[in-house]
Amino acid sequence: MSPKEAVFRVRGLTKVYEMGTVKVHALRGVDLELYERELVVMLGPSGSGKSTLLNILGGLDTATGGLVEYRGRDFTRAGELELTEYRRFHVGFVFQFYNLIPSLTARENVAVVTEIAKRPMKPEDALALVGLNERLDHFPAQLSGGEQQRVAIARAISKNPEVLLCDEPTGALDFATGIVVLDAIERINRELGTATAIITHNADIAAMADRVVHLSNGMISEIGVNAVKKPPGELHW
Amino acid sequence: MKALDRKLLRDMWKMKGQVLAIVLVIAGGVSAFVMLISTMMSLNLTRDKFYREYAFADAFASLKRAPEGLKYRIKEIPGVKEVETRVVAGVKLDIKGFTEPVTARVVSVPDAGTPLLNRLYLRRGRLVDPWRDDEAVVSEAFAEAHGFNPGDRFGAVINGRRKSLTVVGIALSPEFVLQTRPGAISPDYKRYAILWMGRNALSNAYDMKGAFNDVVLALDGDADLNDVLARLDSLLDRYGGLGAYGRKDQMSNRFLHEEFRQLQRSAEIFPTVFIAVAAFLLNVVIGRTVLTQREQIAALKAFGYGNAAIGAHYIKLVFLIVLAGAAGGIIAGVWFGKGLGRIYMEFYRFPYLIYELKPSVAATAVLITAASALAGTLHSVRKAAMLPPAEAMRPEPPARYRKTIIDRLGLGRFLSQPGLMIIRDIERRPVRALLSTTGIALSCAIMLAGTFSTDAVDFMINVQFKLSQKEDMTVVFTEPASRKAVYELAGLRGVEYAEVFRTVPVRLKFGRQSYRTTIQGTEKGNRLHPLIDTRLKPVELASEGIVLTDYLGDILGVKPGDMLTVEVLEGSRPVRQVPVTGLAGQYLGVMGYMDMTALNRLMREGNSVSGAYLSVDALHQEELYGKLIEMPRVAGTVVRKDEIRNFYETQAKVLLFFTFMTSLLAGTIAFGVVYNSARIALSERSRELASLRVLGYTRAEISYILLGELAVFTLAAIPLGFVLGRVLCAYIARSLSSDLFRVPVVVNPATYSLAATVVVVSACVSGLIVRHRLDHLDLVEVLKSKE
Ligand SMILES: Nc1ncnc2c1ncn2[C@@H]1O[C@H](COP(=O)(O)OP(=O)(O)OP(=O)(O)O)[C@@H](O)[C@H]1O
Ligand SMILES: [Mg+2]
Repeated sequence: MSPKEAVFRVRGLTKVYEMGTVKVHALRGVDLELYERELVVMLGPSGSGKSTLLNILGGLDTATGGLVEYRGRDFTRAGELELTEYRRFHVGFVFQFYNLIPSLTARENVAVVTEIAKRPMKPEDALALVGLNERLDHFPAQLSGGEQQRVAIARAISKNPEVLLCDEPTGALDFATGIVVLDAIERINRELGTATAIITHNADIAAMADRVVHLSNGMISEIGVNAVKKPPGELHW
Repeated sequence: MKALDRKLLRDMWKMKGQVLAIVLVIAGGVSAFVMLISTMMSLNLTRDKFYREYAFADAFASLKRAPEGLKYRIKEIPGVKEVETRVVAGVKLDIKGFTEPVTARVVSVPDAGTPLLNRLYLRRGRLVDPWRDDEAVVSEAFAEAHGFNPGDRFGAVINGRRKSLTVVGIALSPEFVLQTRPGAISPDYKRYAILWMGRNALSNAYDMKGAFNDVVLALDGDADLNDVLARLDSLLDRYGGLGAYGRKDQMSNRFLHEEFRQLQRSAEIFPTVFIAVAAFLLNVVIGRTVLTQREQIAALKAFGYGNAAIGAHYIKLVFLIVLAGAAGGIIAGVWFGKGLGRIYMEFYRFPYLIYELKPSVAATAVLITAASALAGTLHSVRKAAMLPPAEAMRPEPPARYRKTIIDRLGLGRFLSQPGLMIIRDIERRPVRALLSTTGIALSCAIMLAGTFSTDAVDFMINVQFKLSQKEDMTVVFTEPASRKAVYELAGLRGVEYAEVFRTVPVRLKFGRQSYRTTIQGTEKGNRLHPLIDTRLKPVELASEGIVLTDYLGDILGVKPGDMLTVEVLEGSRPVRQVPVTGLAGQYLGVMGYMDMTALNRLMREGNSVSGAYLSVDALHQEELYGKLIEMPRVAGTVVRKDEIRNFYETQAKVLLFFTFMTSLLAGTIAFGVVYNSARIALSERSRELASLRVLGYTRAEISYILLGELAVFTLAAIPLGFVLGRVLCAYIARSLSSDLFRVPVVVNPATYSLAATVVVVSACVSGLIVRHRLDHLDLVEVLKSKE
């Protein structure tokens, strides 16, 4: 592998939610790098802070303490405008519940993103990458869960983002559909070289990653490195 | 088109029912605004153009008789541009085939041809030949009422002499846009006419050779009207001047002015209510939309749409609805405005109506609506824009319910489970429940405000004509006469009973205030024409002093006990100090009332009378009319029944139009509010209701849960609407009151029930539509979907 450049550098990241008098420490000092072209899987029990971390990396949320750098740029204390710009031009997001816009077709759901991006793909091309070129004009309600999630992936990658962040992309899917979705993500990572982080509850998915980050109780408990990556087609659970 | 805009249109389409309901409410408000304002402005424009082109005079004065030479003195008054002297008289008409008494005001046209001031717009025919004394130009409204064409003839009693007149022309004049007999409550085109005859002919008939008894002036633009009037008064004083006045007190102009004021007021009140309701509905709908789209908003934000873009997205939604409503409203408003204009044209005799909708009026309507819609939705739009994306990813926490007052009082066990659900839901969102109820109540209030005038007018007529004017007819003498004249009347066949009265033109002064009116003298213990105040109590006239209409008391600033200066404008024109003994509430006009003997004493005259009230045997009525026409002393006769009938005939169309419009508009509001509440409730609770269906509840039972709440709102709204409506009625009545009339706040039970009916029917219609949806609730679909 060529010398790796860090896309993200995270140091001592903390996040505290205040709910009235109760303080929830969602992150308690996380140190992490995410490198170019890398595929990282994040594992951890429910409530361990995975989503919180991913949301902060994606500029959806801000940290309470610590440092987050994106390509050497510190955006720990970035303002709303800066974060919006960051999300617009650099990050692709995939959500557990797809979050498609129900009143738009597959193609239009992608177009929502390409219309505001700098060097986007054509929506049709993005959908072709996830194998949905036949379903361009279907509305989300006319698609299965797996297909909807693939639209969501097409939407996330259509802007040619530098990072792809997926929060439990297979959480709502059955095994076979999950594999199709993971396959799509893996292809994007491989063919476009998009640095990718996937959150999952499913330890078996970890086999497709370059590195596996284990979170527990708001901290990184372990980082594993896979010498050999398994293609998603060979995964089972 | 941008994908996001496409989303917008599809979202709108998905909630088309609600959007349509709001569009209708906005359209209702905008159309009412456009209709009222455009009609007012069009009439205004038409009036101004007519006044300008046909040289409507600026000042007016009537007098007994002055030599023509005085004209030059008048012309010297600073500020006077043009003077025209005239001979004006009241005549009785005798029209073949029409037995009821008809009177006319005949105005001279100069021998040189067309008048300088108050020029005639000849609709047909020609002006009179200056040297002919048997030709007349007649007013258009009168000609239409009797089907007169040039060449037709009718009889007239001019200064006691019967003449046959030929109609040579049919005309309109800026002086008589509204043709109302002095003292009448509405224009009467059948029984009151305006005639124009040659000056020469009239001078001969009225012994006015080289003299005049009426003068009209045009003033320079910068003239001081009050100064001119004062100087004119002092010139005319010794010639029996009845007091000069400006346009603002000219009868036709005055009525027009009042009508405009009424339109203006309505244009302020009605659209305001609509726009407030529309803002509320938008608030609910947009609030709900933002809530259901939380996750979409989060996704959009995750992909880099900024706060402004999200906010703009929802504002666009609001504006599209506003624009659709405003566009519909403007089109409907123009349509209604033209219709209303046509109805008004039957009253107001303009040569033409220039209908015009100023772009600024339309723009104002759009701006006001947009601004209030924005104000109503800003909170929700802001919420959408500021939504933290990470948070929106998390599902919304379940709604928090509390034990209600009913529960705490232990009354819950008296209610069924669905009943409890209804009550808890109302208690959970008290503000929305209150606003929904208020919205429905407003439709009820609008309905009352728009229709109560019929009741008020009925009440006024009843007090005025049934309780206070019990005579069958009023006979007015050309000049004050002795009581003997009344014995003559009483002796006519068919006259059962006669009662005299005295009216004296006066100027009342108190401090710096002064008011031109008449004092009415009535005999003690009169039966036909008792003076009754607005509380239906008889007004006592002391044997000394004067009672004033309370409104006049306010104008002059006098109270009982004050000394009032009375300048009589008749006979020897005495000026007297008279104590005010009381103020009496009256609905029509303002004047002073005195005991007849006291009035005669004040005038230093014997027992002079101005006319008589007669009670008449209906069998001999027509014969009597014939006799009265022949009596030289009788200036005219007014038949009470005819006057009431005419009033309703002339008002009917306008009242019907407004009742129809109001019902339509109020129905729209009630429908809009109920429908929207129902749809929102349905969207919020479809899961819950579907679950109940799965648990075995019937369609009827779940409809009851959903629609029961709306029924509660509607039923609560009606009494609230009655209260709000009364407040609105009182406000309208107060703002319309003037010295011409005061509108009583009277709302009949029938009007209340009509308002309630409109509300209930509209509520039921929207309830049925929602019920239909509820019956087709797809259980699987609803339970499967996340939201
Ligand atoms: N907006 C919030 N307000 C309060 N507490 C929060 C909020 N978001 C997350 N938390 C808390 O922070 C902790 C970490 O949450 P997070 O969503 O990151 O966990 P997770 O690892 O993604 O769990 P899961 O696997 O269930 O999705 C949890 O205890 C959660 O309750
Ligand atoms: Mg999570």
